Amino acid sequence: MKIIVPVKTNPDLQMIRIKNREPILEAVPYKVGDLDKNSVEAALQLQAAVGDTQVVALTIAEGNRKIKDTMKEVLAMGADEAYILSDDALTAADQAGKALALAKAIEKIGGADLIVFAEGSTDNYSGQMGPRVAELLALPEIGYAKKLTVADGKLTAERGMGDLIEVLESSLPAVVTVTSEINEPRIPTLMNIMKAGKKPTTEWTLGDVGLDAAAVAPQKAVLSNLAEEQQRKNVMIEGSAEEQCAALIDALIKDGVLEA
Amino acid sequence: MADILVYSDLLTNAKELAYAGKGFAAALGMGISAAALGPNADADAAELGAYGADRVFVGKDPALEGLQTDVVAEALAQIAKEAGAEYVIIGSTRRGKELAGRLAQKLGAAAVTDAGSVVVEGSDLVASHFSYGGATVAKEKVNTPIKVFAVMPKTFEVGDVVAGAGTVVTPSLSLTPSAVKLVETKPKEGAAVNLDAADRLVCIGRGLAKKEDLPMVESLCAALGAEMGCTKSLCDWEWLSENRLVGLSGTKAKPTLYLSCGISGQVQHTVGIGTSKIIVAINKDDKAPIFAFADYGLVGDIYAVVPALTEALKKK
Ligand SMILES: Cc1cc2nc3c(=O)[nH]c(=O)nc-3n(C[C@H](O)[C@H](O)[C@H](O)COP(=O)(O)OP(=O)(O)OC[C@H]3O[C@@H](n4cnc5c(N)ncnc54)[C@H](O)[C@@H]3O)c2cc1C
Ligand SMILES: Nc1ncnc2c1ncn2[C@@H]1O[C@H](COP(=O)(O)O)[C@@H](O)[C@H]1O
Repeated sequence: MKIIVPVKTNPDLQMIRIKNREPILEAVPYKVGDLDKNSVEAALQLQAAVGDTQVVALTIAEGNRKIKDTMKEVLAMGADEAYILSDDALTAADQAGKALALAKAIEKIGGADLIVFAEGSTDNYSGQMGPRVAELLALPEIGYAKKLTVADGKLTAERGMGDLIEVLESSLPAVVTVTSEINEPRIPTLMNIMKAGKKPTTEWTLGDVGLDAAAVAPQKAVLSNLAEEQQRKNVMIEGSAEEQCAALIDALIKDGVLEA
Repeated sequence: MADILVYSDLLTNAKELAYAGKGFAAALGMGISAAALGPNADADAAELGAYGADRVFVGKDPALEGLQTDVVAEALAQIAKEAGAEYVIIGSTRRGKELAGRLAQKLGAAAVTDAGSVVVEGSDLVASHFSYGGATVAKEKVNTPIKVFAVMPKTFEVGDVVAGAGTVVTPSLSLTPSAVKLVETKPKEGAAVNLDAADRLVCIGRGLAKKEDLPMVESLCAALGAEMGCTKSLCDWEWLSENRLVGLSGTKAKPTLYLSCGISGQVQHTVGIGTSKIIVAINKDDKAPIFAFADYGLVGDIYAVVPALTEALKKK
């Protein structure tokens, strides 16, 4: 079986500072998205369960200048191979353009039995890519899987929907998106980090997958992207636990959110 | 005349969209349509008409049972074309968010998902959504001929209803059954909760050392008359059901009083509490980022402060 995992690397969110409501991105390093590690881990666990399976990571660099280094972490986790799509046009692209590029790259790789996305990217969390790629490749798609099994050429997934858990089934090939509940991503061992450098990594531009800048031109305009302003009292209440609680209750009564 | 088409798999949410959509349509000189799909479509259609939709497209094709994403996307794409929709506004519920990508792809549309606001600017609707994991809010305008917005439930309020309004339209749908089969549904553990409606909310985070300590927090909730919510890890560990998750991937709560216990205040959580009237935080680390979001901050061990607060509330 072949599993393709589209992986996004994003600016390390803990390192983004806000100045005058603007996010400061200079010198912020990129990392593999937290949620994308869950999808890599899900693919690796299926590989272990099913056997004779190849796990291929695929990424659009989105401005990550050190994309090869960042993707080594995915290879060190256990992916067998990586494909990197870099192009300035893709840095500006929105979900429609990126989904098209991913779909073309997946076709060029030779397709897959299963394509595992995260339910959303760690920074942007749009959740559009999985369903878009499924539509482009005319494949069935199951979103928000928290449990995945493949047996007898069929995919079974469990997902939470409101007060219910749904068990869904699909033929292969298929697209799934997974939530962070599905697993605890492994941390690569030192030995696997050493091996990662030797695994095959293929770098493509847009032209290599048969597209040009016009095909992925952005269709949305970002009018602004600023931190929200918070107006809070920021009062710290000191004292012993009992004193703190008494003072808090008084304050909440004065604010009218607690009855006297 | 171009149209705004609204749809949600949740009727309460669909009503919000119909009501808000009517306002947008008036401002933009458009018509307002709603789609009601699946086995309950007839009953839903009457309500959507009352909440503002001029036309309600009713789809009862058997392929729509179970509301699988691929079939709903196809149905809505066909309805959007028949209605002459320029904007398709759907609820960013779990199903709706999944639907948005597939529908937009079918319509050649760009989409904004998880929108927390939609406003009229000039002759356009512009939508805002969290970016950089919630650190910022991006405001976007969509430039494709058809535009898809998935808007978070409770973004819009509903107003007065107009009984009986709305023409029912039966679109000519051509659908094939979903490629995905629902094998079974099982109830989730624990009782149903609706944090959306909670007036007071106590949220617990990783400061709680073990699941067995949850009763301590439950006692506080009881004393305060509050619902209990939590951060993501507690759901991932299955200590609490995901219905209790507050934040980017869970509920955006609007309580009068929000009180956090052992929560650091990472942005993916705090985006879900910003509209609380009063925010209280209890954390043993005086540098925890949550204090910057709080009206009242208590530095202390939850194992001391939470029982003390419960007692003090009971004595009050
Ligand atoms: C795409 C994405 C979506 C996400 N969506 C959500 C979401 O919707 N909701 C959500 O909550 N998270 C979400 N997260 C996770 C989020 O990033 C944080 O990991 C999470 O909110 C942190 O939870 P926490 O505050 O409980 O844990 P921590 O960050 O580990 O904080 C624990 C805090 O408890 C304090 N503490 C420890 N012991 C005690 C004690 N005895 N007494 C008092 N204080 C104590 C510590 O000082 C610390 O500040 C998401 C993450 C991603 C990547
Ligand atoms: N630049 C990218 N390269 C590869 N995969 C991506 C990229 N962006 C998004 N994806 C995939 O699509 C998922 C959802 O992303 P999003 O639609 O941005 O929320 C991610 O978790 C990845 O699996």
